Amino acid sequence: MEVNDELVDKLAHLARLKFDETAKAEIKTDLQKMIQFVDKLNELDTTGVEPLLHMSDNVNILRADEMKGSISREEGLKNAAVHDEHFFKVPKVIKK
Amino acid sequence: MKTEDKYEVVIGLEVHTQLLTQSKLFCGDSAAFSTHPNTHISPITLAHPGTLPRMNSKAIEYAVKLGLAVHCDIEQHNYFARKNYFYPDLPKGYQVSQHTTPICKNGFVKIKVGETERNIRLNRIHIEEDAGKSLHDVDENYTSIDLNRAGVPLLEIVSEPDMHSSDEAFAYITELRKLVTWLGICDGNMEEGSMRCDANISIRLKGEPKLGTRVEVKNLNSIRNVKRAIDVEVLRLIGITESGEKIIQETRSYDADNNSTFSLRTKEDADDYRYFAEPDLTPFHITDEYLVEIKNSLPVLPEALKKHYTEELQLPEYDASVICEDKELADYFEELTSHCKNYKAAANWLLGPVKGHLNDSNSGFNSFSLPPAKLAALVQMVDDGKLSFGMASSKLFPALIAQPEKEPAALAAELNLVLETDSSSIEQWVDEAIAKMPDKAAEYKKGKKGLIGLFAGEVKKLSKGKADMQIVNELLNKKLNNS
Repeated sequence: MEVNDELVDKLAHLARLKFDETAKAEIKTDLQKMIQFVDKLNELDTTGVEPLLHMSDNVNILRADEMKGSISREEGLKNAAVHDEHFFKVPKVIKK
Repeated sequence: MKTEDKYEVVIGLEVHTQLLTQSKLFCGDSAAFSTHPNTHISPITLAHPGTLPRMNSKAIEYAVKLGLAVHCDIEQHNYFARKNYFYPDLPKGYQVSQHTTPICKNGFVKIKVGETERNIRLNRIHIEEDAGKSLHDVDENYTSIDLNRAGVPLLEIVSEPDMHSSDEAFAYITELRKLVTWLGICDGNMEEGSMRCDANISIRLKGEPKLGTRVEVKNLNSIRNVKRAIDVEVLRLIGITESGEKIIQETRSYDADNNSTFSLRTKEDADDYRYFAEPDLTPFHITDEYLVEIKNSLPVLPEALKKHYTEELQLPEYDASVICEDKELADYFEELTSHCKNYKAAANWLLGPVKGHLNDSNSGFNSFSLPPAKLAALVQMVDDGKLSFGMASSKLFPALIAQPEKEPAALAAELNLVLETDSSSIEQWVDEAIAKMPDKAAEYKKGKKGLIGLFAGEVKKLSKGKADMQIVNELLNKKLNNS
C-alpha cells in the first residue's frame, strides 16, 4: 500500500489534524514504515486462527443497574473552555 | 396503469429504542429523561481521561428479551467496537457499539396489513450508547450541549429491505413498538425520542431483481410520519426516474411541516467510521443457562395471547386483537377474568364502557383506577340479571369511577338501580300498560304480534328501566293472549 499525499490528507481530516508540508513529508515516511511492518505480519498464514478481538482474558465484568457516581452540573461544567450555567458551549454547528 | 404502479418500493428500517434501565450503559448516571440539562453526568459520560466504562447487565437482559421475542439467534460471545466520528455531543469522539458481534441476528417480526400476514426479516439487533443533544436555538452565538442523554443504552433494530409499502412500514413499527412496551424494555414514545426511526428507501421496476440506489431518510419522529415520509420520498424517486435522471445515494431529512425531504449529505462525503475493537470494555459471554432463564421470564407475547383468547376463551378476533394491543389492558383483562368467567362480557365491558370513558377523559389505560374485582362484580351483576347492561354502563359504572371505594352492589342499591324481579310489582306495571292501550291489546289479539314491543316499552317507562325485561315479556305474553 502506497502512502501518498491524498491518503495523508484524508487521515488528517478524519482526525481533525493539520500539518505543514515539512511535517506532512515526515508523516508520509513514518506511515509508510508502519504499513510495511503490518504488511510483514500479513505474510503469516492465519487460516483457521480466530481473530483476537480483545487483549485480556477477562469476560463479563458487568455492573448492576444502579445509579451512582454522578457529579453536579457545576463540577461537570467547570473544566469546559466555554460554558454557561447550564450548557457546554461549542462553535455553532448549524449556521442559520 | 398509473406510473407509480410500474415500480416496486423497497424499504428497510433502522429503529433505535432507548432502554428503560435506571442507569446508563457504561456508568451509574441516571438514564431517565430530564428537563434539567447536564444533571445526569459523570466523569465517564464526560469522557474525562483515565475513566473506565463498565457494562450495565440489565441492558444485556433487555436485548436478549427482545431478541428471543422476535425469534433471533442470540450471539453468546459479544465484543464492543468503537465507531469513530467527531461531533460535539459525542464527548469521547467515538460511539461504543457492537459492530462485529451484534447480540441478536436474523429473526423476524410478523406484521398484518389488511388480511395479509407477512414476516419482516431482521438483519440484526445490537447494543450501543446514545449521543448527547446539541441545541442550536438557545444561544445566538454557540451551539449548546446537553450530555444527559450521552451514554443512555439503545438497541438498534435493523430490518432487511423487506417492506414494499408505507403501510407495511407503518405496521412494522407499530408491531415493534407494541413488543418493546409489552416487554417493558422501552416506553415506545416516538415524539420524545425514546424510539427513533430511519428509513432506507429505493425503487425498482417490478420484476427487476437488482435493488435500486437507496436513499436514507432520517428524523421520522412519529409512526404517522414514517408513513408520510416514505410516501413523499417514493414519489420523489419515481419522479426522478421518470424524467430520465439518476437517483444519487444520499442521506435526507424529513420535514414534517412541509411534508417533504431535503438532502443532508451525499455519498461522496459519507462518513468513514474506522471501526475497531473497544479495548476498555471486556467481552461478555451469554451462557445457555442464562438464555433459558430469560426465556422463562418472558411474559406471554401478544400473538400467543391473542391465540389463547380466540381459541380457548372464544373471543371474537377483533376483541382479542384490541386487548392484545396493550400490555396493561391485557393484564387488566387477565385479572378481570380471574374474577368473572363470562369472557365475552368482560371484553365487551373493556372495549365498550371502559374505552369510552378513557376516550372521553382523554387518558390512557394506565390511568384507569377501578380495581378489576369491582368491574368484575359489575359484569357479574348484569350477567345474573340483577342489573340491565344499560343501567350498569350508563349509571353505575360512572358512579363507581367517581366513588371507587364503594362496593358495586351497595352502590347499585343506593342509586336504586337494581332490577325489579318481584313479579307482583312487575304485574302491576304490565296491567297498567295494557289498560292504557285497550285498542292495541285488541289488535294484538287479532294477530299483530309485533305490538308486544310497544307494551314492553311502556312497562320499561313505567318502571323507570328497573323491570327485569325477561319477566315482563313472559307476563305480557300470558296476559295479552289470555285476557
